[in-house]
Amino acid sequence: MLARGIGAVQAEAGANTASPPPSVPKTRLRLINARVSRGGAVLLGTLPFAAVAVAYLSASAQRLAVNANDKLLPSPAQMWSAFFDLATVPDKRSGDLILWADTYASLVRLLAGVGLATLTALLLGIAIGFIPRVRAFLLPFVTVVCVIPPLALLPILFIALGLGETAKITLIAIGVAPVMVRDIANRVMELPPELIAKAQTLGGNSWTMVLRLVLPQTMPRLITCVRLALGPAWLFLIAAEAIASTEGLGYRIFLVRRYLSMDVILPYVVWITLLAVATDWLLARLSYMVSPWAHPGSGK
Amino acid sequence: MSRIVVHGLEKSYGDARVLERVSVTAEPGEFLSLVGASGCGKSTFLRILLGQEQQSGGVVVIGDRPIVPEPTPQRGIVFQRYSVFPHLTALQNLLLVEDFRSGGPFGRVFGARRRRARQEAETMLERVGLAHARDLYPASLSGGMQQRLAIAQTLLGRPQILLLDEPFGALDPGIRVEMHELLTELWNEHGMTVVMVTHDIGEAFKLGTRVLVFDKVRHDPQFPSAYGATITYDLKLDRKGRASARDVAEVAAIVGTTRLDSAIATTAS
Repeated sequence: MLARGIGAVQAEAGANTASPPPSVPKTRLRLINARVSRGGAVLLGTLPFAAVAVAYLSASAQRLAVNANDKLLPSPAQMWSAFFDLATVPDKRSGDLILWADTYASLVRLLAGVGLATLTALLLGIAIGFIPRVRAFLLPFVTVVCVIPPLALLPILFIALGLGETAKITLIAIGVAPVMVRDIANRVMELPPELIAKAQTLGGNSWTMVLRLVLPQTMPRLITCVRLALGPAWLFLIAAEAIASTEGLGYRIFLVRRYLSMDVILPYVVWITLLAVATDWLLARLSYMVSPWAHPGSGK
Repeated sequence: MSRIVVHGLEKSYGDARVLERVSVTAEPGEFLSLVGASGCGKSTFLRILLGQEQQSGGVVVIGDRPIVPEPTPQRGIVFQRYSVFPHLTALQNLLLVEDFRSGGPFGRVFGARRRRARQEAETMLERVGLAHARDLYPASLSGGMQQRLAIAQTLLGRPQILLLDEPFGALDPGIRVEMHELLTELWNEHGMTVVMVTHDIGEAFKLGTRVLVFDKVRHDPQFPSAYGATITYDLKLDRKGRASARDVAEVAAIVGTTRLDSAIATTAS
């Protein structure tokens, strides 16, 4: 019966070759199956940006037409000149190039805070995830610390550590570290027990397994973790700078708010966004470099 | 080489008893095939031998002392899945064995010892037919190649006892036959004791020198998990592959396989 079926199909195929091949009917695919071409993807992706830009430009043009001194929606030229001045003209009082001084101060705080949190997450996360005694000792504590709103700790930090850099860096670290610790610990606990058993049959001890098995397998997750933590880290940075600082991107925004200087605030927000996007991209590249095995299709 | 003695082994999870009154002695160099219906506890038995799980009662002695309740280099293991380290290339997977064995603070050997390890690893890759894949990550190897790598890695650890947990369960039939040949050759070369859990009765008879069948002998209809499985059949095959069709049929009936024909066909050939 099967054989007859195949024969029938072959006969049909033979008949088809004689007549012109049937044209492929155009069917409407389901929404979830309709693919997007490369150009289409670029176009669709640009659309929201363009929409925001057009909305802003027209609103700004309308307001400026009514009142040329309007400060709420400055024109691109006004914003550019304000931004350009901050980047190139030294401040009268301090002699600093304000944009670069602000950027440097903020990035140092951000890197120090997130770096500290990452180191903590790696050490504590692996210890909690891999060693049952440490897990029993620390996991309940970390779980509770995770739910404390970090901003509620800010006054305590300022009182205990003063208004200097230490308090700001600590706020960022405390803000993002607990979640990272839990995430890394979870990742380590998710390691297939088969791999851990096998490593032991090959002679691995607790320490060499951390070095050769746990650490490399945790790396991609750690980098993802840092990428996700950078959002909250910026939040804590700007909050801390807004309250007590003398320089920094967040400080500047909150300072010029008093003068309704939207021509400075808006470019600063764009600048912060660009910095965040660039960091995220760099971390993604780092993950490809450090753990090529975790990104199949990226070379080897 | 050391014999394995299991006496009065029991394993329960809470109220549920998985294994009971399991006693068996394996001489050095034997190849034990463990078969039984799904969930009968044969994999649990293997994990107890490995040290990954602990028995609830009874003793397991390897050589002249009870087994250590954690995995050690004495016993090698090949699992069906997660059998190699995904973050290392084929060659690195094999080099890792020497790195682990050294136990140094860096978890890595250097200099002359590394060169020796590398040579040994490359010879082993050649031996299992993976020389062309030495720099590939396991994700880009086929299932059969991954299992070959896993076996090579385990053998480099020079275990006295090789434990196999359905090592070929996920492979295509053609590849499986290839793997059988490789495993038989390596077993003949190294002469270690092998304990293999399998679903495939044909495979059990083809490779093993002895087939152990796990089954429940006591049943409580009110509380199915009241009794565990034990070894109900212990067939010593006088020469490899010389099982009678009657034996195979009997074992197949117990295990409830639907692959009886194929089982008899493989053993007859």
